Amino acid sequence: MSLVTLTIDGQQVQVPPGTTILAAARQAGIRIPTLCYLEELNVIGACRLCLVQVEGARALVAACVTRAAEGMVVHTSTPAVRHARRLNLELIMSNHPRECLTCLRNTSCELQQLAAELGVGEIRFQGEVSPYEVDDSSPAIIRDPRKCVLCRRCVAVCEKVQGVSAIAVQERGFDTVVAPAFLAPLGEVNCVNCGQCSLVCPTAAIHERDETEKVWAALADPQMHVVVQTAPAVRVSIGEMFGLEPGSIVTGKLVAALRRLGFDKVFDTDFTADLTIMEEGSELIHRLQNGGRLPLITSCSPGWIKFIEHFYPSLLPNLSTCKSPQQMFGALAKTYYAQKEGIDPARIFVVSIMPCTAKKYEAGRPEMNSSGYRDVDVVLTTRELGRMLKQAGIDFDSLPEEDYDAPLGISTGAGVIFGATGGVMEAALRTAYELVTGATLVSLDFEEVRGLEGVKEASVNLAGTELKVAVAHGLGNARKVLDAVVNREREYHFIEIMCCPGGCIGGGGQPLPVDNEIRARRIAAIYQADRQMPLRKSHENPAVQALYREFLGEPLGRRSHELLHTHYTPRERF
Amino acid sequence: MELYRAHVLVCAGAGCISSGCQAVKSALVESIDRLGLQREIKVVETGCMGPCDLGPVIVVYPEGVFYRQLKPADAVEIAEEHLLKGRVVERLLYKAPEDGKTAVTSDQIDFFKKQTRIALRNTGIINPESVEEYIARDGYRALGKVLTSMTPEEVIECIKKSGLRGRGGAGFPTGLKWEFSAKAPGKPKYVVCNADEGDPGAFMDRSILEGDPHSVLEAMAICGYAIGANQGYVYVRAEYPLAVQRLSLAIEKAREYGLLGESIFGTGFSFDVEIRVGAGAFVCGEETALLASIEGRRGEPRPRPPFPAQEGLWGKPTVINNVETWANIPPIILNGPEWFASIGTEKSKGTKVFALAGKVNNTGLVEVPMGTTLREIIFDIGGGIQGGKQFKAAQIGGPSGGCIPARYLDVPVDYESLTRLGAIMGSGGLIIMDEDTCMVDLARFFLEFVQDESCGKCSPCRIGTKRMLEIVERITRGEGREGDIELLEELGQSIKSSALCGLGQTAPNPVLSTIRHFRDEYEAHIYHKKCPAGVCRALMVYAIDEEKCNGCGRCALVCPAGAVYGEKKKPHRIDLEKCLRCGTCMEKCKFGAIYTI
Repeated sequence: MSLVTLTIDGQQVQVPPGTTILAAARQAGIRIPTLCYLEELNVIGACRLCLVQVEGARALVAACVTRAAEGMVVHTSTPAVRHARRLNLELIMSNHPRECLTCLRNTSCELQQLAAELGVGEIRFQGEVSPYEVDDSSPAIIRDPRKCVLCRRCVAVCEKVQGVSAIAVQERGFDTVVAPAFLAPLGEVNCVNCGQCSLVCPTAAIHERDETEKVWAALADPQMHVVVQTAPAVRVSIGEMFGLEPGSIVTGKLVAALRRLGFDKVFDTDFTADLTIMEEGSELIHRLQNGGRLPLITSCSPGWIKFIEHFYPSLLPNLSTCKSPQQMFGALAKTYYAQKEGIDPARIFVVSIMPCTAKKYEAGRPEMNSSGYRDVDVVLTTRELGRMLKQAGIDFDSLPEEDYDAPLGISTGAGVIFGATGGVMEAALRTAYELVTGATLVSLDFEEVRGLEGVKEASVNLAGTELKVAVAHGLGNARKVLDAVVNREREYHFIEIMCCPGGCIGGGGQPLPVDNEIRARRIAAIYQADRQMPLRKSHENPAVQALYREFLGEPLGRRSHELLHTHYTPRERF
Repeated sequence: MELYRAHVLVCAGAGCISSGCQAVKSALVESIDRLGLQREIKVVETGCMGPCDLGPVIVVYPEGVFYRQLKPADAVEIAEEHLLKGRVVERLLYKAPEDGKTAVTSDQIDFFKKQTRIALRNTGIINPESVEEYIARDGYRALGKVLTSMTPEEVIECIKKSGLRGRGGAGFPTGLKWEFSAKAPGKPKYVVCNADEGDPGAFMDRSILEGDPHSVLEAMAICGYAIGANQGYVYVRAEYPLAVQRLSLAIEKAREYGLLGESIFGTGFSFDVEIRVGAGAFVCGEETALLASIEGRRGEPRPRPPFPAQEGLWGKPTVINNVETWANIPPIILNGPEWFASIGTEKSKGTKVFALAGKVNNTGLVEVPMGTTLREIIFDIGGGIQGGKQFKAAQIGGPSGGCIPARYLDVPVDYESLTRLGAIMGSGGLIIMDEDTCMVDLARFFLEFVQDESCGKCSPCRIGTKRMLEIVERITRGEGREGDIELLEELGQSIKSSALCGLGQTAPNPVLSTIRHFRDEYEAHIYHKKCPAGVCRALMVYAIDEEKCNGCGRCALVCPAGAVYGEKKKPHRIDLEKCLRCGTCMEKCKFGAIYTI
C-alpha cells in the first residue's frame, strides 16, 4: 500500500491511507489538543478543540476525523486555529462549574489541563448553565451533568465496549445531556455499574460514589473491629496513584499502608478467590458428571452478573451459584473468623478494596447477608483508597513491605490471577485437572486463555474428556460468546466472563488513565506475582484446607451453600 | 374518458385549506348538483396555486377566470352566475393593490405573469391524487425516455450539462453528485429525497409534495437508474400530514401502474420508494443527520467527508437531493439540458421557488428565473410593501441566511451574489421587512430558533449560539455593553469556521449580516438605549400628551405596576422608574394621548 504524503507545519509526513490528521501529527511529534476523542471508540469531531487549518478548505477542520490526503498542507498553530480552539474551550468552560479546588478530579481533570495548555485567560461569558442536577440514585456511579462537557466518551464506551447503552445523549441544543433514556435515574435502569464511563470521563461528570468517610468513621470507632480485604488487581495498580509505573507490584506496601490507616486486620480477597476455585471447580465437575446445565459460567464479576440478569435472563441457570470472592470473604469474616477470634460479628466491619465500582452494588444486594449481617460493609475502589492514603499523609513509595494477616490473608498464585482476564479459568483448570486426573500438572501456565484478545477459546484434556472453554472480557465480547451459545453455534463446558476489558485490572474503579498498554502492563504484573508465589494452585492453599476442615466440611456442602452460594434475579432490559 | 365543458380548479394547498377551501368546494359541488350541471362541469382539487394571502382561490377553465378570497356563499353565486349563465362574477375577481385594476384571468395578474414555472409546473394545475392527470402533463415520459433510450452515463451527463444545482441550500451541482455516487464502490446504493423542510415560513417543498408528488417519484427513479440504485426514501416531516398522505397515495398509484416496482416499463430496471416520517427536528434537514434518522439513530450530523455520495445511508453510496431539485429533473430530461441552461445566470441555471412572506402585499409561492432581482420579486410579483410603507430588508435563506438591505434591491438573485452579500440562497424562504422591523430583534428571533434546533453535538454551536443569543437578548433589553458588537462578531466568525455541520456554520449569519448592514441599529440599542424601529419593549419610553389627556384615569386603572398617576380630570403622568413598558396604557387610552419616544 502506498503511503500518503502531507505537510504538517512545514514537516513532510508519510502515513498510510486513511490515517487522520491527528494521528499523522502525533507521528510527527506535533501535539494537537483533544477532548472528545477516544481512539477507535469515539471519533466524532464534537468538541472542536483539535481544529487545524487545511489549505484550500472553507472552514477549519477537526484533525481527529479528517483523513490525511496526498499533498494536503496542514497548519496546526495559526492565529485563527489558536483563537478558535481557545474560544471553543472558553465556551465549554462557560458552562462548567468553576469548582476546581473542591472537585474530585482536581489535578486529574482533562478540561483543567487543556485550559492551562491553551491559555484561556478569562471566561467572558456569564450566562445560563446546564439545568440538570446531580444524579446520585446509583449505589456505585454518580452522574454530575453540570460538569459534563458532552464529549460522549462515556456513551461510546457504554455502547460499543459494553453493549449496554444505559446512558445516551438526550434532549438537544443547550439542554443536551448524557443520561439514561427518558432522563430516568441511573440507579433505576439497566446500568451494570461497571464504571467504564468513569474511566473515560475527562472531568468529574461521572465518577464513583465516594464512601471514604464511612471508612474513616469506622476506623475511628474503638468499638469496631475493622478488617480489610484487597482484590488481586489492586496490588498491581495502586502504585500508579503515587507516581509509580503501571504494572508495579506493590503488594507489601499496600498491606503496610492499610495497617498505617488503622485497619485491625489486613486480609486478602485472594484467599476467597482460592476458595471460589474449590467451590466453582467442584460445581463444574459435579455438573459434568451429573448432566447438569452447561456451559457453566463464572460469577465473580458483579457487573457481568447484573448484565446477564438484564440481557440474558434465560441463561441464569448456567451461572455458577458461587458468590464472588468479595462476598465469600464478607460471609466468612462475620462467621468463621468471628468464631475463631471470638469477636462479636456485630462489631466486625468489613471493608473491601476493589478495582471495581460494581462491587459497591453487589455488597448492597439484599441477598448478601448470609452471615446474619451485611456481609461487606463498605466497598472502596482503588481510587478511593489512594485518596485516603493521601489524606492520611502516607508516603506510599517509602513504606516497607509487609505480609497479610492469617488466616484470611493466605493465598496462592491461582488467587492472584483472578485479577486478569482468563485468570479464573486458568486457576480453575489448574485445580480441576489435578482433582479429576489425580496427576500433577507439568506446566501451570495456560497461555491460550491469557492476554487481551476479546474472546479466547481453549480445549483441555481432562482424563479423556475434552473440556471446551471460552474466556470473554468486556460485555460486548460477552455478548458474542453468549449469542453463540444461545444460537447453538458454539458448544462450551465452561466460560469465564469478566465485565471489564482486561478483566479486573481494567476495572471501573482503577487509577486513571487506562488504555490497552496500561492494561497489558498490569496483566504482566499479575502473572509475575503469580510466578513469585510459593503455591500456585488453590487446592494447595493451607488456609483454605483448614477452613474446610474446621468449618465448612466439604466443597458444595451445607454450610458452603448457606454462606458461599447465591441466587440471581431476572430483570427487565430497561 | 368523460368530457366536460368546464373545469373548476379549487386550490387545496395547506394555506387554502386553512382559509376554508373545503367549505367553498362543498358549496360549489352542491350548487352544481342542484343546478344539474354535474355532467358538464368537473371540480378538481389541486395543490397550491401560490397566492396564499388570496385564498381560498379557484380557477374556472377553459377561460381561466381567477376568483379569490371566496366564502361558501360566493361559490354558490359563481355556480349560478358563471357556470350556469356564463357571466363572470366581477366582484370576486382580483384587483391589483397598486391601481385597483381588475384581472379576469390569472395571466393578467403580475403575480403569475412574471413567474417561470418549472418545478411548480403542475402544482395548482393537476389533481395531485390523480396519476392520470400527471401522465397527461407528460408525467413519467422522462422516466420512459431514460429507461428506453439513454444510458446511465448519458443521464448523468444531461443533468451535469443542465447546470442544475441543489435547491436545498448549498447549491452543489446535482449532476456531479450523481456522478460521484455512480462511481463510488459499494452496493446497494440509495436515492433519498430530503423533504425535511424546516426554515420558518418556507413551504416550497411541502407544496410540491402536496401538489405534484409524482414529479418527485419520477425523478428519484431516474436517478436510481443513473446511479444504479433500486431503493429510494423520502424523508418528510410529520408536520406535513397532507404531503405524507398524497405522497403515499402517489407511491401506491405508481406501483399499481408499474411506474415503480419490479422491471419498470419491462426494462428490467426496478425501483421502489418508501416514506420515512421525521419527528420535526430542524437539524434533520442536514443530510448526514437525515440519514442517521432514517437509520433509526438520533438525528445528528456527522463530519463530512465522507460525503453521502460515497458513504451515505448504512454506509452505502447515496444521492440525497431536496424536493425542489427532484421536481426539476423530468423537464430537464424531456426538454434537454440546453433548454434548462438557457434560463438563469451564468453560474446559476434554471429557476428558484421562493416562499414570499412578511410585509409584502402578495405573499405565497413564486418561481422565478435565477438572476431575477429582489426588486422584481418584491415589487412586481409581490405587489410592493403593505400599507405603502418603506422596504427595509429581505431575510433570505432562513435561519442560515442573512438580510439584504434596500440598497441591494437590484442585485440579481443567484447563489454567488447572495453569498457575496453575506446571505445564502438557502431553501427559498424570503421574508420581507418594512421600516417597523428591528434588525436586532430579527437577529434575536433567528438565533433563538437555531439555538433551539441545535442538535447539541459540537460545542461552538451548542454553547456558542447560546452565548450569542444571551448577548443579543441583553442588547434588546437595553443592557448591551460596549464591546458587545465586537464580541458577537468574534463569536460569530469563530462559530462559522469551527462548527461541525452546515447548521452550526451558518447559525451566526443572521447576526453577522444584520451587524454588517445595520450596525447603527445595534449601536442605538447599546449606546443610546433606543430601538429605532420601536420594537424592543424594554427600550421604549412611554409618555402622556398633556394636550390630549383629559384625566379619565383609565390608564392608571389598567397599569399593572401603578406607574401612572395624576388627579382626576387632570393630565396624568407616567413614573418611568415603575413603568414595565407593557404598553397596556397606550392600548386602553381612547384619546390617543399616550405615545412612545
